[in-house]
Amino acid sequence: MNEQDAREAVHTAIGQVAPDVDFDGLDEGSRLRQDLELDSLDFLRLVETINEATGVDIPERDYTAVATVKGMIDYLAARG
Amino acid sequence: MGDFRMPSLGADMEHGKMVEWLIKPGDYVHRGDVVAVVDTDKTVMDVESFEEGVVAELLVDVGTTVPIGTPLARITQTPDDGAGQAGGRPAGPLAKAASGTAEAAVTAGAVEPAGAAAAAAQVPPPVRHLAHQLGVETAGIRGTGRHGAVTRADVEHAAAARPRPAAPAVPAAAAVHAARVPHGARVRSSPRARRLADQLGVDIGSVPGTGPDGAVTEADIQRAVSGHRAAVPAEEAPAEEAALPGAEALPPKETPPSEAQDRLSSLRRAIGALMSRSKKSIPHYYVSTTLDLRAAIAWMQQVNEQRPVASRLVPSALLLKATALAAREVPEVNGFFTDGVFRPSSSVHLGVAVALRHGGLVAPAIHDADTLALDVLMQQLRDLVSRARAGRLQRAEMADPTLTVTNLGDLGVEAVYGVIYPPQVAMVGLGKLVEQPWAHDGMLGVRPAVTATLSADHRVSDGLRGGRFLARIDELLQKPEEL
Repeated sequence: MNEQDAREAVHTAIGQVAPDVDFDGLDEGSRLRQDLELDSLDFLRLVETINEATGVDIPERDYTAVATVKGMIDYLAARG
Repeated sequence: MGDFRMPSLGADMEHGKMVEWLIKPGDYVHRGDVVAVVDTDKTVMDVESFEEGVVAELLVDVGTTVPIGTPLARITQTPDDGAGQAGGRPAGPLAKAASGTAEAAVTAGAVEPAGAAAAAAQVPPPVRHLAHQLGVETAGIRGTGRHGAVTRADVEHAAAARPRPAAPAVPAAAAVHAARVPHGARVRSSPRARRLADQLGVDIGSVPGTGPDGAVTEADIQRAVSGHRAAVPAEEAPAEEAALPGAEALPPKETPPSEAQDRLSSLRRAIGALMSRSKKSIPHYYVSTTLDLRAAIAWMQQVNEQRPVASRLVPSALLLKATALAAREVPEVNGFFTDGVFRPSSSVHLGVAVALRHGGLVAPAIHDADTLALDVLMQQLRDLVSRARAGRLQRAEMADPTLTVTNLGDLGVEAVYGVIYPPQVAMVGLGKLVEQPWAHDGMLGVRPAVTATLSADHRVSDGLRGGRFLARIDELLQKPEEL
């Protein structure tokens, strides 16, 4: 998966989990938990949504690598 | 004959607004059936009937706000009629005509010869609701729960294993859907589909469903939008929308900013009124302790390693289960203080404070949380949170938590000191998971830990008992495999 596809997948998934997030003003350095205010259940749903859409499974030990929007995009681009 | 009245959906509710009727005159309703959608100042939720019988008349129009206790519909009990129909949900004359054959065909399969009333009593409302969404008839399901109660798993199993419905039932159901469900009739759909329809401004009743028994799925909604963008919301100014055929995409039907503002301020007002009542009338005391989560987190990570993401656990599930078990052992924190008397509850219905993304919070209950297997509790937690945010909570979930947990710390603070939600007598606050230096056996190490606080009613308990409760939570978390 190239970076653009990965970005799109991440944006779509965030849009489903947190429909109120405004992508126009989104800094990709934003932390999913603290800055986008995803709680642990939202985060789990995000990982699940991404898994369903892209087939990429993000095991729990990699959660720190996908803590930011950019981190999530890079992770998918590298593995998708 | 009985009236279906505007129920109280929480201690702070005075009136409710009828948002949607899911029944119409002539429908047969069971006790526990979701019959209407009601908006309180705090949230929108599903309301189930306490009566069983035939709907004689709807007394309140959609959009009307009435005080609690106001009759909303007249329900006539007709035992003879009921016995014949209790297994099904005839949607009107059309379905009624077909119901004889359809019922016979469906029941020929595997129906227990149990009375319809007994069967109805064995199906808890959330399960009934699920069955309804999946288009499964609960009367035909053999319950595997306690005392033969039908569980969610039974319903899901039945939905998956169900043979294609008997011939006469399908065309009738399909015809109803294809011919556009009359307004006010129950459209079979998942909450997600319903929410999506709402966001996209699609009248869900006009979408032909392809799911079980003609249920409208998310895909159907998406198809409906891409297929004919002229689809217009049922009630929201159709003329205006239709006048814009050139619009390239239907703008999402956002709540207008002013309405969202109003909603938020009314919600803040409702919370403010209740919390000041709580602070004025309940003599709070506060205790806190630090929960050592090393064992719990290690066990959870090990379990999650073997699992697909859909069935992974989060620390909150373990904390909630331990809290529920401790509450059973320390009844002074679990129950209601009303009319000057404390009434401990024999069940633990754990209220979970859920932050709504547009602001504010609600605290619906996970019923009998102390008896649920951890995985079940986890699934219910996910379900509850997503329904809370989608405005699809049910009356009982809002009305009867016996002890509430606020887990706001998940998003940042180390400790949260809650305000008791009357008539409850305690509130548990869980902070965020932090790694901290931990002295043990004369050695210093680092452990994941959570600060747990208890705000409790001094009329009912004191610091010693409250401290015991928190200590018990910590003890239980040291053996996570037993939760």
